[in-house]
Amino acid sequence: MGNLREFPIKYRLFLKAYPWRRVDPVPWQPLQKPLEDCRLALVSSSGFITADQAPFDETIRGGDYSFREIQSDITVDRLIDAHRSDSFDHSGIRKDPNLAFPISRMRELEKKGRIGLLNHRHLSFMGSITAPGRMLKKTLPAALKLLKDDAVDAALLVPV
Amino acid sequence: MGLVAAELERNGISTVTIQLLRMVAEKVRPPRALVVPFRHGYPLAAPDDPAKQHAVIEAALKMLEDTNLQPPAIVDFVPYKDK
Repeated sequence: MGNLREFPIKYRLFLKAYPWRRVDPVPWQPLQKPLEDCRLALVSSSGFITADQAPFDETIRGGDYSFREIQSDITVDRLIDAHRSDSFDHSGIRKDPNLAFPISRMRELEKKGRIGLLNHRHLSFMGSITAPGRMLKKTLPAALKLLKDDAVDAALLVPV
Repeated sequence: MGLVAAELERNGISTVTIQLLRMVAEKVRPPRALVVPFRHGYPLAAPDDPAKQHAVIEAALKMLEDTNLQPPAIVDFVPYKDK
């Protein structure tokens, strides 16, 4: 659970040998106001799309580095699991997309006042990207601009 | 996700990242990582279990609020055991 042993041997070897990019120095942005006054967004690498969106392109070597916007008022039964990896059990996120894209939970927290505002849109990336350089250079600036334009204060990032 | 988190943080957005493998958090070093003891595909514990999902999210939000944390902050999530 939560360790390499859950993976088939080919993924274990890959994960051990993979040249993970090290963040150095580690940036640090403390909250500038109480969480109950902050605007939050979800960023997930669970690869969810909606029916009206183009699927992620499985033919791109190193992984599709685009992202999809997911509107905050979406009902989870409209989220489609488009994650390409066969390295994990998809049955949980197909049964309940909140498991990796907890939009219902975040709306509940907004309603309770635990967070200030839930942003009106969120970001869905494809995970298991083995060539993240293109994503960082080509895609992330647009994703960042979107969040900055919306005056997002904080983000919860959820993998799958 | 760790690289995305770092870029957001560099641009003034506070982040907390759910992490399934501690090894990855230690190598990549996102600013704030909550390491969960769940298998891949189950980052928020269990489907159709809002209480368990909220427990993970609440632990992540507390990391955002914790002024004593230093970067990179890697915290283990310890779930309550079912009775």
